[in-house]
Amino acid sequence: MPRLADALAAPLIFEQGQAGRANRYFPRHAESADAYLPAEAIRPELPLPDNSELDVVRHFTRLSQRTFGIDTAFYPLGSCTMKYNPRINDAMANLPGLRDLHPFAPDELAQGALAIMWELERALSSLFGMAEFSLNPAAGAHAEFAALLIAKAYFRTRGETRRTTVIVPDTAHGTNPASAAMVGYKVVSLPSDKRGRVDPDELKKVLGSDTAVCMMTNPNTLGLFEDRIKEIADAVHDAGGLMYYDGANANALMGNSRPGDMGFDLMHLNLHKTFSIPHGGGGAGAGPVGVAAHLVPFLPSPRVERNGEEFSLQFELPESIGPMRSFWSNFAHVVRALAYICANGEEGLTKVSQLAVLNANYIRASIRDVLETPYDEPCRHEFVATAQPLKRETGVRALDIAKALLDRGYHAPTIYFPLLVPECLMIEPTETESKETLDGFIAALREIVQQAHDDPVAVQCAPIETVVGRVDETKAAREPDLRWRP
Amino acid sequence: MYTPHTDSDIEAMLAVVGAKSLDELVKVPAEVALRAKLELPAALSETEIARKFAALAARNTAPELASFLGAGAYRHYVPPVIGALSMRGEFLTSYTPYQAEVSQGYLQAIYEWQTYVCLLTGLDVANASVYDGATALAEAAIMAVNATGRRALLVSKAVHPNYRAVLATYAEGIELEIEELEYAPSGATDFRGIAERLAENRYAAVVVQSPNFFGAVDGIPPEYAQAIQASGTLAIGVVAEALSLAVLAPPASWGCDICVGEAQSFGVAQAYGGPHVGFIACTKEHMRRIPGRLVGRTVDNVGRPAFVLTLQAREQHIRREKATSNICTNQAHCALTATIYLAALGASGLRDCALENLAKIRETQRAVAAVPGVGVRFDGPVFNEFVLRVPGRAADVLEALRERRVLGGLDLGRFYPELGDSMLIAATEMTTQAEIEALAAGLRAVVPALGGAGLAAAR
Amino acid sequence: MSQPANLLYSKDHEWVAFEDEIATVGITDYAQSSLGDIVYVELPRVGTKIDQFGNIGVVESVKAVSEIFTPIGGEVIEVNKAVEEEPALVNREPFGAGWLYKLKVADGAQREKLLSPQAYDELVASQ
Repeated sequence: MPRLADALAAPLIFEQGQAGRANRYFPRHAESADAYLPAEAIRPELPLPDNSELDVVRHFTRLSQRTFGIDTAFYPLGSCTMKYNPRINDAMANLPGLRDLHPFAPDELAQGALAIMWELERALSSLFGMAEFSLNPAAGAHAEFAALLIAKAYFRTRGETRRTTVIVPDTAHGTNPASAAMVGYKVVSLPSDKRGRVDPDELKKVLGSDTAVCMMTNPNTLGLFEDRIKEIADAVHDAGGLMYYDGANANALMGNSRPGDMGFDLMHLNLHKTFSIPHGGGGAGAGPVGVAAHLVPFLPSPRVERNGEEFSLQFELPESIGPMRSFWSNFAHVVRALAYICANGEEGLTKVSQLAVLNANYIRASIRDVLETPYDEPCRHEFVATAQPLKRETGVRALDIAKALLDRGYHAPTIYFPLLVPECLMIEPTETESKETLDGFIAALREIVQQAHDDPVAVQCAPIETVVGRVDETKAAREPDLRWRP
Repeated sequence: MYTPHTDSDIEAMLAVVGAKSLDELVKVPAEVALRAKLELPAALSETEIARKFAALAARNTAPELASFLGAGAYRHYVPPVIGALSMRGEFLTSYTPYQAEVSQGYLQAIYEWQTYVCLLTGLDVANASVYDGATALAEAAIMAVNATGRRALLVSKAVHPNYRAVLATYAEGIELEIEELEYAPSGATDFRGIAERLAENRYAAVVVQSPNFFGAVDGIPPEYAQAIQASGTLAIGVVAEALSLAVLAPPASWGCDICVGEAQSFGVAQAYGGPHVGFIACTKEHMRRIPGRLVGRTVDNVGRPAFVLTLQAREQHIRREKATSNICTNQAHCALTATIYLAALGASGLRDCALENLAKIRETQRAVAAVPGVGVRFDGPVFNEFVLRVPGRAADVLEALRERRVLGGLDLGRFYPELGDSMLIAATEMTTQAEIEALAAGLRAVVPALGGAGLAAAR
Repeated sequence: MSQPANLLYSKDHEWVAFEDEIATVGITDYAQSSLGDIVYVELPRVGTKIDQFGNIGVVESVKAVSEIFTPIGGEVIEVNKAVEEEPALVNREPFGAGWLYKLKVADGAQREKLLSPQAYDELVASQ
C-alpha cells in the first residue's frame, strides 16, 4: 500500500506542465518581440514550464504541507525567537495604501508611510534607550555591518584610524566576526568565564588604543544576563572604544532594562525576532540600527525627518555612511512591527519579556534532572542544556535528540550553537506558548532521554515519521546539484 | 498581547521555577534597571489598530494617481493565486530550513527559485536570494574582488544610482575603488576607450545594467566582452527590471560571469521599497564564492531524493570572519513569492506580460512625443521605461503634473546634474489608455507655460 | 598510531615529503579523521610564492573549515587536480593519492623547524 508520504511526493515544477497550458492573465499578443526590439537584443527561447493554475495551487500547497512552521507546532529554536506572528500585522501591511506605494512617491503623497516609519523609530529609541534609530538595514547582519561602518566613520572624523580591533566574546553570533571582517576590522575573541559571562578583568587585558568596538549581546547566547555590563561598558569607553549591542536577544529585556542605560553606543534589532515579523523561511527580515546621540550624524541615509505635522525623507546627510540598500526600509515589516507594538503597549511589551523568561525557566526547571544544564542558574528568555553526559552513557547525541523531537511533532532546538557548549541544545520557547504546550514538550524530551537509555539505536534512527529521513549532506556538498537542468 | 498565560498558570509555573514573582525572575542589577518612563503608543485593540492603519494608509495618496514611476520598483499585476499560496502559514512562519527533514517543501521551492534564476539569466548557479538589487550588486563586487585579487571596479553611469550609492557604502568597508563609464547618445553604456583602461589589469569587474537606468537595452558588445575577458576582468550584469528577462537576451549571452538583480517585478509588492528580493547568479567557476544560502538536491538515508542547505562551510556561522559575506538571511519569502509567480505565469504568461510592457511604453512614447516642446532624450531601444526631455526643469514639470493627478515619472536631475531637464517614465501592463492620455494632456497643458518661463529666464 | 617514517610534519597537521628540492605536501591522517568527510579542497595557484607556515589553502568538511598552512616555503609548481575533483581522496589516502600540492623549496634549512614522525606521534597522542 502506498504511504501517505509517497502520495504527497512533489515532483519539481519543471517536471510538470505542458507547453500551451497557460493561464490567461494578460491579453494575448499576436506579434513577437521583434516588433519592438532589434533581433540581437532578443532571447531565442524561454525554457520555463507552463502549468494550469490548479496544478500550481496543488504543487505549492503540497510544498507547504512538507514545511514546518510556527503555525504547525511548537518551535523552540534557540536564539531565533519563534513567537506567534499575529495575522493583523499582515493585514495592515497589505492595505493597498501601504502595499502599493512606490518608493519614489513624492513625500507629500506618502505622509502616512513616513509617519509610520517615524513612529516606529521613536518607539524603538525609547524602548531601548537610544537617541535615534534608522530602519534602513535589511536584516540583523546587515545592521551589524551598518553599525561597524558607523563606528569606522566616527573614528575617522576623530582621526583615530588606528582603531581597527573588534572584541567579540566567544558566545557571540557568527555574524559578528563576519561583519567585522567586512569593514576590514580584525577580531579578538574573548573567552567566557566559568559563569558563562564576560569577565571585565579579562576584557581589560585586550583593550587598548587599537580597540574600535566591543560587540556583545545581553542576555548572551547562553541566556545569561551579563550582570557586570556597566563595568564592561565603562572599561571599553575608558579605552576609547564603542559598545555594540547585538539585539538578537532583545525579547528578554523589554520594559525591564535598556541597552542605552547599560552603556551601549550602537545596537541593532531583529524585527523578525522580538517584534513578531514572520521569518518567512529565512527572510525577509528587518534590522533597524540604533545609536546614542554622538553617532546620530553617521546613520544610513535617507532619514525620516519631522517638521511639525509634515514628514520628509532627508538625503542630504554629509556625515552619513550612505544607503545600505536599494530603497528606504523593509517597509512592510515596519508596518507589522508598529502594529505589534500598538497591540501590546508598554505594559504588554513588559509582560512579553517577563513571560518569555518564565517559559524558558519553566522548561529548564522541568528537564534539568535528565539533561545537564551547564550554567545552572535561572536563565532569561532561553537556556542551554547539554547532551554530553548522555552521549557518554548512551551514545545518543544532541543531534539525535533534535531529530527524535521532529518525530514527536516538535521542531528541534538549536544544536549547532553556541560553540562553547559541546552537544548543546539551545531552547527558546517564547512567551506565546501556553503551559500545556510546554508540558507536552517537556514530556517528549524526557521520554526521548529515557529512550536513549533503553534503546539508544531507536533515537539514533530518528526521524522516521518525516517525509524524508536524515539527509546525505556529504553527497550534497561533494556533488553540488543546485538546480534542475532541462 | 499574544500571551496565553492565566494567573493560575503563572503561579504554578513560578512554583516549579522556584521564584516568588515575575519581577524577581527578570531582576537586573540596579544600575541598569529601567528607570525612564517609556514613550510608547498606548495599547490598542485589534479594531483600533485596523482603524489607525487605515487612516495612515489614507494619507498615502500616491497610489491613487496615474503613475509612471519605475526606476527599480514596478507596478505589475499580481494574480490573486500568488498571495493565496505564499501566505500559507507553514511558509510564512517557518525559520531557515536547517532541519531538512521537516523543511522539504520550502527547500524544494528555493531549489526551484535557483533554477528559475539560472534559466532566466542563462548562468549555471544561483543562490537562495539576497536583500535586494543593490546589495546583490555589492555582494557581486566582493565576489569579483575575491576572484581576481584586484580592488577597482569600472561601473557604467547608467547603472541604477541607488545601486551605485550602495556600492559606494560597501566600498568604504571593503576598500574598493570605483570608476565610471559614461553613457552614449543612445542611452546605452559608452565603451569607447575601455581597451586602454583594461590594459592596466587593475579592474576586478566591469558592471553594466540592462535595461539600464534610462530604460535602454544595454549590455556589453562582443568585441568589448572579449577585451574584458582577455584582461582577466569579470563582467557583472545588473537587471533591475526582472520581467525584461522574458524577452531580452540572457546576460550570460553577452558575456556576464555574474548576473545580479532585483526580482520585485515577479509578484512582490512595491511596499514603499521593501522587502524586495535580490538575486545572484554566476558561472560554475565562481560557485564557491557566491554568498548566502544555497539549496542542493541529494538523497536521504534510504536513497529517497531530498533537499538540503549545502556548501554551508562558506557561510558566516561556520567561517566567521573568513566567510564569503556576513549575510545570513535571504529573502526566502519574497523568493518563494517570485517562484509561485513564475510557475503560475509560465513562459507564455511571462512573454505576454513582457509584450504588454513593450507595447505600453511604445504607446506612451508616441502619445507624449506628440506634445510640442518635449522629446525623447535617448534614441536606443527600451523595455518599459524611457527618458523624456522637457523644456526647463523636469522637477517643475513633475510638480505641475501632480496637481493634475499624474505622477509623471522620476526627475533625473536628482541623480544626474546634466539631466535636470529629463524625466524617467515607466509604463507596464497596468498602465491604462486613460492614464497615458492624462499624462499627454497634462504635459500639453503644463509644458508651454513652464517652457515659456524657462525660455524667458534663459533670455 | 605511527606516522609514515619518511615524512616530516608540522604542528598544524600537514606532512611534507622531500625529493631533492621538490616538496610534496598533504594533511595527515589525524587531520582528515578530525575533519570528517572532506567535501572541498581549495588549493593555491601554480606560481604562488609562499613563506613557511603561510596560509596557502582551505579544506572544507560539511560543517567545518580548516586552513592549510604550508609546512615549507617556496614556489608552488603543481597542485593535485585529482583532489579538487574528488575531495574524498584526502580522507581515503591522506599520505598517498590525497596529496595537495608540490613546491620548489626556497630554503632547505626550514625543514629543521618541522617535527619528526616520533615528535608528531607524541603531538597527536597529547590531543
